[in-house]
Amino acid sequence: MRIGVFLASCLMVSAVTAMAQDRPLAFVGARIIRVDGDEIPQGTLVVEKGKITAIGPDEHVPIPLGANKIDVAGRVIMPGLVDTHSHIGGSGSLGGADGSGPIQPGVRIYDSINVLDSGFKRAAAGGLTTLNIMPGSGHLISGQTIYVKLRLAHPKPKKIDDFFIADAGGAPLGGLKMANGTNSMHEPPFPGTRGKSAFLVREQYIKAREYQDKVARAAGDAAKLPPRDLNLEALVESLQGKRIIHHHTHRHDDIITVLRLAQEFGLKVVLHHVSDGWKVADEIAKARVACSVIVIDSPGGKLEARDSSFKTGGVLEKAGVLTAFHTDDWITDSRLFRRSAALAVRAGMSREAALKALTISGAKMLGLEDRIGSLTPGKDADFTILDADPLSVYAKTLETWVEGVKVFDRTDPTDYLYAIGGYGAGHDQAPYLCCFENADTGAAK
Amino acid sequence: MIKLTLSMPYAGLLLALLALFPSTAQAQVAVHGKTIHTMAGATISDGMIVIQDGKISAIGQAGQIAVPQGFRVLEANVVTPGLIDAHSTVGFSGILNHDHDQDQLEHSSPIQPELRAIDAYNSQEDLIEWIRGFGVTTIHAGHAPGELMSGQTLVAKTSGRTVADAVIVEARAVAATIGPAAQKTGSKSPGTRGKTMAMLRAELIKAREYQDKHRRAAANEKAGDKAAEKPADKAIDKPSDKNPDKTADPAADKKDEKPSEKAADKPSRDLRMEALGRVLAGELPLMITTNRAQDVSSALRLAKEFDIKIWLDGASEAYLLIDDIKAAGVPVILHPPMARAIGERENQSFDTAAKLVAAKIPVALQSGYEAYVPKTRLVLFEAAIAAANGLTFDQALRTITIDAARILGIAERVGSLEVGKDGDIALYDGDPFEYTSHCTGCVIQGRVVSEGPH
Repeated sequence: MRIGVFLASCLMVSAVTAMAQDRPLAFVGARIIRVDGDEIPQGTLVVEKGKITAIGPDEHVPIPLGANKIDVAGRVIMPGLVDTHSHIGGSGSLGGADGSGPIQPGVRIYDSINVLDSGFKRAAAGGLTTLNIMPGSGHLISGQTIYVKLRLAHPKPKKIDDFFIADAGGAPLGGLKMANGTNSMHEPPFPGTRGKSAFLVREQYIKAREYQDKVARAAGDAAKLPPRDLNLEALVESLQGKRIIHHHTHRHDDIITVLRLAQEFGLKVVLHHVSDGWKVADEIAKARVACSVIVIDSPGGKLEARDSSFKTGGVLEKAGVLTAFHTDDWITDSRLFRRSAALAVRAGMSREAALKALTISGAKMLGLEDRIGSLTPGKDADFTILDADPLSVYAKTLETWVEGVKVFDRTDPTDYLYAIGGYGAGHDQAPYLCCFENADTGAAK
Repeated sequence: MIKLTLSMPYAGLLLALLALFPSTAQAQVAVHGKTIHTMAGATISDGMIVIQDGKISAIGQAGQIAVPQGFRVLEANVVTPGLIDAHSTVGFSGILNHDHDQDQLEHSSPIQPELRAIDAYNSQEDLIEWIRGFGVTTIHAGHAPGELMSGQTLVAKTSGRTVADAVIVEARAVAATIGPAAQKTGSKSPGTRGKTMAMLRAELIKAREYQDKHRRAAANEKAGDKAAEKPADKAIDKPSDKNPDKTADPAADKKDEKPSEKAADKPSRDLRMEALGRVLAGELPLMITTNRAQDVSSALRLAKEFDIKIWLDGASEAYLLIDDIKAAGVPVILHPPMARAIGERENQSFDTAAKLVAAKIPVALQSGYEAYVPKTRLVLFEAAIAAANGLTFDQALRTITIDAARILGIAERVGSLEVGKDGDIALYDGDPFEYTSHCTGCVIQGRVVSEGPH
């Protein structure tokens, strides 16, 4: 009997969950920051089958028949945050290439992500919904990145395939991680100077072009095709613009080197960190290259970052550069991502550009602006609900939704632990009670 | 609250003096604040602070304070005492993070309380300028966690050309670490928790014996003075002949014309033992960096065994031992809330400050030590996170002003805005904790050392 009641309640719970996804949801009465248009002081957001179907002032948005109406008066709704540079879930040395050489574009971070990492829960607690997970910066080319959605309750993820954003063919989308400056300089076979670093990369891209030409000339004739080369294949994808290069770079001259490389080979590049970006903002703008900026509480930590500044975002914005921020998690804490934008506003960036820099501008740098980054009908229902202005230190992330499913709820005790606790919060993986049925407990049978 | 200390004739005299000695005279400054958080009684609306010769000479309602002629008057929406960072490594762990600017940790031996902070502090380090731009005027800084006892700490103002200009307390504490950070394999350091405590206890016992020996020698010396009259007493008070210096030096034995019997009995000075002697005497607290609850317990046990004053530093899991910490009467210099919660800090929480303050445990916040980036955090930003996670505005501000000053034993000079205290002031254009507010000025002992907006 008791089991029967338990089962019944389980069924009810799953029915409610199913309804949450199938029935339209109408969030009513919130201040809505759309990012791609004016803020709506008191508006309604309608979500259906994982997509945004309507948005506007309360009085203009009809609530669909049978919709689950959710009162969010006094709250703030904004798009889910897009982190263009994260290391969550990367095992070992951030999950990319190993120490065997400086150029390893064939290595995929796809093959090394632990989706049970508690970092994903903390990221959701910070309102993040999309991440570009990158290998580390200890190589000139350290591998392929992956774009993921925090689908933490769709149901609970067990493998990376539950997380990634797929292209039309179902393959994971991602970019290519590159670096210059001191992080990628080591003992041979790594380069020891900047000149050598640039040479090694140019040499590879010339090879990749030749490989690309050979493949083209073969015109599908298997006999004429060169042997498959995973490294060159990845570089060819970047030559074709299919794989955006996410380039770690700090010092002004290193930034210019990346711009030169991008021009020489016609590469689609996003500059990451850009500590000295404020010194060469006009050059970056002229090259029409986007920047993803890291905001650190004090300058330094290494020579090439000694002039890093809160003002970088604002200077780039004024120069006309598309600018986003990133956490570089664990360098900064995903739960405090909004803080990066707020500190940039402190140092001169406009509020509008700063909010975009957390959302749509980052989406553009991943080539995902048609799917995410703003609260626009037709886009994925990725959003976060706050109790105050997103640029305030006092604002708490109350809920985070990914594709119409709630993945973080501050009122849930476990979720709350992830919101305020450390990496030990909840721990990554609870032991499974997998094998008790056949266990020899020593008890009489 | 309102004190008018300047009579016009006095101000006139002062101006005359200023005119006479323009190069040596200190800048004279007053601060007008729409809101002044004094941290000593009620907040003042539309207030004025006068700083004369480096000290606060008057504070109160603007309308009731006479600002002497010729004083520069700074304007601010919000005014607080200069902020105090209760544990920093700024000045030791430099901005570049290269070997040549990293003096926060000496690895040659696990126990070196004899290392003085004043011998390592770089008073012209770039990061000092950085933190004073955000209103930090006083830091407690020194050797970092990472060895059992890494050295001494000092208290300094965030200005001054030389260490002598900057320092206000030359030796404030001895830094110790209990936990994995101080454990190493294949070295003289301990490899386990048990060994950690055994080494710390052994060293303190040694220090106690050293103290006793010196005390006996001093008593002996005193007795020796009298011995001229009463030689019989000498033999009774004479310490055992285990003085290694005496046996190790054959020349000493040969010398029948020893300078005096008293001098030979006096043990030679040992700087390490002297430093620990000051810990045992309660002069220098042992600041124990420790995070796991079990290590916090060990720290409390150590304090009890040797009856020494300790400060818990870091203390990520302090919230699990609130009753014990409270019963021990030990203050907590809490980790920065935004510190990376990795390794032994994995269970730290944004709301620990709130839990400790609610239990009435004295709490100060710190910028802490980072091996990589940021090379320093800002206590202003850390207190802001504490304020967003359970502390009231006033409570959060206390952790980086008056409560920090009290724990550090410097409250007679800094930490609140009161007549007679140092003229250390931070100026803001809005709520100091808000991300988008600015620190518009920073004053140390009446000198404007930073002008924002930062």
